Amino acid sequence: MEKTTYDSLHQAFRQRVEGLKKLPPMEGRDKSIEETIEEAGFSRRDFMKWVSAVTAMLALPATFSPLMAEAVKVADRLPIIWLHMAECTGCTESLLRSANPSIDSLIFDYISLEYQETIMSAAGWQAEENLEHAIERYKGRYILMVEGGIPSGEMESFLTIGGHGKSGRAIAEETSENAAAIFAIGTCSAFGGVQAAAPNPTGAVALSEVTDKTVINVPGCPPSEKNIVGTLLHYLLYGTLPALDAYNRPKWAYRLRIHDLCERRGHFDAGEFVEKFGDNAAKDGFCLYKVGCKGPYTFNNCAKQKFNQGTSWPVQTGFGCIGCSEPNFWDTMGTVNEPLRDRLYNTVFGGLGADATADKIGVGILAAVGVGVAAHAAVAAIKPPKV
Amino acid sequence: MSKRVVVDPITRIEGHLRAEVVVGDDGVVEEAYVSSTLWRGLEVIAKGRDPRNVPLLMQRICGVCTYSHYLKSTMAVEDALGITIPYNAELVRTLMNAALFLHDHVVHFYHLHGVDWVDITSALKADPAVASKLAFNYCKNPIGTGENELIKVQQTVAKFAKNPQGLGPFANAYWGHKTYRFTPEQNLIALSHYLKALEMQRLAAQMMAIFGGKNPHPQSLVVGGVSCVMDVLDPARMGEYMVKFKKMQEFVHNAYLADIKMAAEMYRDEPSVMKPMGVKNFMSYRDFKVSRDKYLFESGYIVDGSISEVFDINEDLITEEATHSWYADNEPQHPYDGTTVPEYTGLVNSESVGPDGKMIHSKNINPEGKYTWIKSPRYDGKPMEVGPLACLLVGYARNNKVIKERVDGFLKETGLPLKALFSTLGRTAARALQAGIVVDYALEAFDSLVENTKVDKETCATYTIDNSKEYKGRGIGDVPRGMLIHWIRIKNGVCENYQATVPSTWNAGPKDAVGTQGPYEADLVGLKIADLSQPLEIIRVIHSYDPCIACAVHVMDTKGNELGRYKVDPLYGGVCNT
Repeated sequence: MEKTTYDSLHQAFRQRVEGLKKLPPMEGRDKSIEETIEEAGFSRRDFMKWVSAVTAMLALPATFSPLMAEAVKVADRLPIIWLHMAECTGCTESLLRSANPSIDSLIFDYISLEYQETIMSAAGWQAEENLEHAIERYKGRYILMVEGGIPSGEMESFLTIGGHGKSGRAIAEETSENAAAIFAIGTCSAFGGVQAAAPNPTGAVALSEVTDKTVINVPGCPPSEKNIVGTLLHYLLYGTLPALDAYNRPKWAYRLRIHDLCERRGHFDAGEFVEKFGDNAAKDGFCLYKVGCKGPYTFNNCAKQKFNQGTSWPVQTGFGCIGCSEPNFWDTMGTVNEPLRDRLYNTVFGGLGADATADKIGVGILAAVGVGVAAHAAVAAIKPPKV
Repeated sequence: MSKRVVVDPITRIEGHLRAEVVVGDDGVVEEAYVSSTLWRGLEVIAKGRDPRNVPLLMQRICGVCTYSHYLKSTMAVEDALGITIPYNAELVRTLMNAALFLHDHVVHFYHLHGVDWVDITSALKADPAVASKLAFNYCKNPIGTGENELIKVQQTVAKFAKNPQGLGPFANAYWGHKTYRFTPEQNLIALSHYLKALEMQRLAAQMMAIFGGKNPHPQSLVVGGVSCVMDVLDPARMGEYMVKFKKMQEFVHNAYLADIKMAAEMYRDEPSVMKPMGVKNFMSYRDFKVSRDKYLFESGYIVDGSISEVFDINEDLITEEATHSWYADNEPQHPYDGTTVPEYTGLVNSESVGPDGKMIHSKNINPEGKYTWIKSPRYDGKPMEVGPLACLLVGYARNNKVIKERVDGFLKETGLPLKALFSTLGRTAARALQAGIVVDYALEAFDSLVENTKVDKETCATYTIDNSKEYKGRGIGDVPRGMLIHWIRIKNGVCENYQATVPSTWNAGPKDAVGTQGPYEADLVGLKIADLSQPLEIIRVIHSYDPCIACAVHVMDTKGNELGRYKVDPLYGGVCNT
């Protein structure tokens, strides 16, 4: 059975890649991506190594690697428009970190960012022109990536861009219309994010609320560069939307809980916890649940992919997860340095969506430990305000 | 007749910014207005939350200076609660700060500000062999300027240049503008460094991630210290930091500082970057602790460009007002007690110079009314410039040995007079000199940390928050863009009031009630613009401040304002004051 499934998948990808190959290359591009890669000092071997890594990251068997390599080669058929809404530019910065292998960023250069306010040279009217031209020229073909929440309702004008004073929302709506695919990059664009936290003074909403089209959410504050690039490659290969969870997050990246893959999970199961930052348990790398880790409620691949080319991730640094790829996490995840306590039986999903079965199993384990945690909370040095 | 020129969006910055100028027939700017066109209101959101959650929330003010707000906000809470953090934690914070400074300054000069100085299309005409030799004029061991390397750089860019629409992110810029001063060979050297810097910024980000878990938005500061005790006590981890740091050191000396010298040589006669600046008051605050009593930067302020006298800062004299800002109350107020209500009046229908030089319809600023989300901070009624230049000038006036040595050395090498520092070029050079100081002296903090962890392994202090008490405190210091202050009041165990007085607010704020301009606006007045449809001069001046506009617009409090009345669900928000 397994083989048949992959066979049909392989066939579908093959069709997709052949289809892409038939499209004309973008204007001004006369080199293949392999040539470009070679010019940048990478060998074909480097390229194939990278392709294998990406294939594995997307949870596909190694037999898909050659096809993935072909798909990457036709990547130059896809222009990208990246919009900045109400944001902090952290997602752009994350994209710029894309490095190891640094072909990631090369791919981005090659794919061509037609409009990206943080790095584009043009400004003012000339910048606006670039956006208009890109929308017109690549109608129905460009990928739209949006960073930031979108001020709406009476507060719509709390963000305007350009000499005509157009609202951010209007620009997002217009640009969405003719996009081939739409990615909400980061928690703000995916779910409204920090500015949408109570009391949401600017009426900020998610990108999915300003367009009827399907929006693929790539949340995280910011999402890792791997998840940004991986989502793009996934689209390239499938040509259709990836398998999504209840919050429209690609399952290949957001299928599992932080807790499920955590390097400190053994300590959780063994009941070994850090009680206070800097204590001996912290020096030994014990579980951070009692100092507020929200890994059990958060779906993301941080534990596996880490950040900054595998340098570290929040659990490794002894802080724990704050749940930044979950909707409304600023309002639902409680105090950062304390466990959620009474919410053990009622995760942010409220029994809905995501992987309900895994959720139940995990909750069972958590509930058992929860009793111990509650008892220990009384002697914790950090006194929480009374609830 | 005077014409209006609108530049919106100003790209290659953090945030959403517009500059508008009125230009006379002679091409000289008569009036200037700078407007931030986005408001997010994070201070409103901070209210009612657990003080331990606030620093992470404030960090989201900005993903570029991602560590600055996290640090100063954590320090504000610690100051309020009277916590003294362990020495180890202070040193780790310094090491993370060093990573931030190096990252920020390198990215700013090459990727954000660079193409204001470097004409990428001109680099294609360069002779790589000549350029390769030329690079030795600016430093002994230049990086990325071997002939073969330069040929490769040219080939990469030539691919883009064939078709103007194929330039991707480089498309449609002001290429060929007559105020570009580098020769083709110099442009090629700088372009090669632009590409190299993409790699270096990743390295600097990794340096921060070693102790911070990730970057952007590191996550290892806790109220009371740091969480990354395992990394601090791991010699392999420490070594990793040191090796990356040394690579950054090499790049800063042999590329960044060399390119700045090259810019000083070629742009010294370009009026648009040598024009004396409008506001000549500068302020900075002590920061960068490298050992028990040693800090790299000094506190103080100077007035009217006079470095013969330096004054101590009295924080009570800091105020903010909103005469031309989209908030209702205009009066100057101290940040601890500010009351502000959003009052958006929008832009007005008018016309301005279009991309082809003809007048076209546009939405313009109404200079009589309110026109920006940024308020006007003042010190004792005076506008102040903050940032690396302010840091160096105050340090110079304080006779700080290292700062004096670096500034004098630079002036000697370039043959520029001290007064040349009071310009766009001076501001850009100061940033590089500051990076040079950080890269040569921040490792003292590393050595102090290694020494201290031999006998002391504390990384986090304990504390309690008494719900029956009221607290107030602030976190203050100089971050890459200048002096940053976060102010917090805590009551009933939750954040009662929050304010941030941010570097870009000092620099980008509008006129105040008596018509005194802030640094951006004052600097634009008198600027001559060669081609109204390609206002490169404006962009260059504004970029020299390294604008961070999402930061600037957060100076905001809605006490007594409708927006301020809300309650965070105690169950979900983890906080409760009722």
